[in-house]
Amino acid sequence: MSRSLKKGPFIAYKLEKRIIQMNESNKKSVIKTWSRASMISPDFVGNTIAVHNGNKFIPVYITENMVGHKLGEFAPTRTFRGHAGNKKS
Amino acid sequence: MARIVGVDLPKNKRSEIALTYIYGIGRSSARKILDKAGISYDKKVADWSDGEITSIRNILNEGYKVEGELRSMVQLSIKRLMDIGCYRGIRHRLGLPVRGQSTKNNARTRKGKKKTVANKKKATK
Repeated sequence: MSRSLKKGPFIAYKLEKRIIQMNESNKKSVIKTWSRASMISPDFVGNTIAVHNGNKFIPVYITENMVGHKLGEFAPTRTFRGHAGNKKS
Repeated sequence: MARIVGVDLPKNKRSEIALTYIYGIGRSSARKILDKAGISYDKKVADWSDGEITSIRNILNEGYKVEGELRSMVQLSIKRLMDIGCYRGIRHRLGLPVRGQSTKNNARTRKGKKKTVANKKKATK
């Protein structure tokens, strides 16, 4: 079920604060975050966010198309290296 | 034989069913269209008058995305997912289930026909 519109999108408070701060000061730096559940809002576009995947931070450059998705969708948590004996890859 | 948006409708079927032969029209939208056109669900396609056919055509043109237009829209949205590199896009690329289904067994619709891997030789004593 989708989230109630009344609440608005979920964005981790700290992350939102830092993004707004950065947009105001026009400084670009990578923001580390663990908040994979945060929705990408239009404010994020153009920034790079390092999203934790449980092991390390994956840098994600936010483009316009990504608005409305969650940060975690861009930092895969599993690595699949192919099956044993599979010559490809 | 009634030809609507490039699809031949089967003439011996009830209109409610016949309309679902159009890609993008299911049972419920077929009923809505027929209600709007004022045709009984049970009327066979062969019995449609020319006026009824044109009224159905007009309704489809106004408010429904069907056939080629709908197919290309679906393809575009899949392509968008693949381009932004999100999880769903990656699953589409790999040809695996997108919505979190289990892939230990089954999932054959997405994975295609079984590719049998040759048995490993048993170690002999």
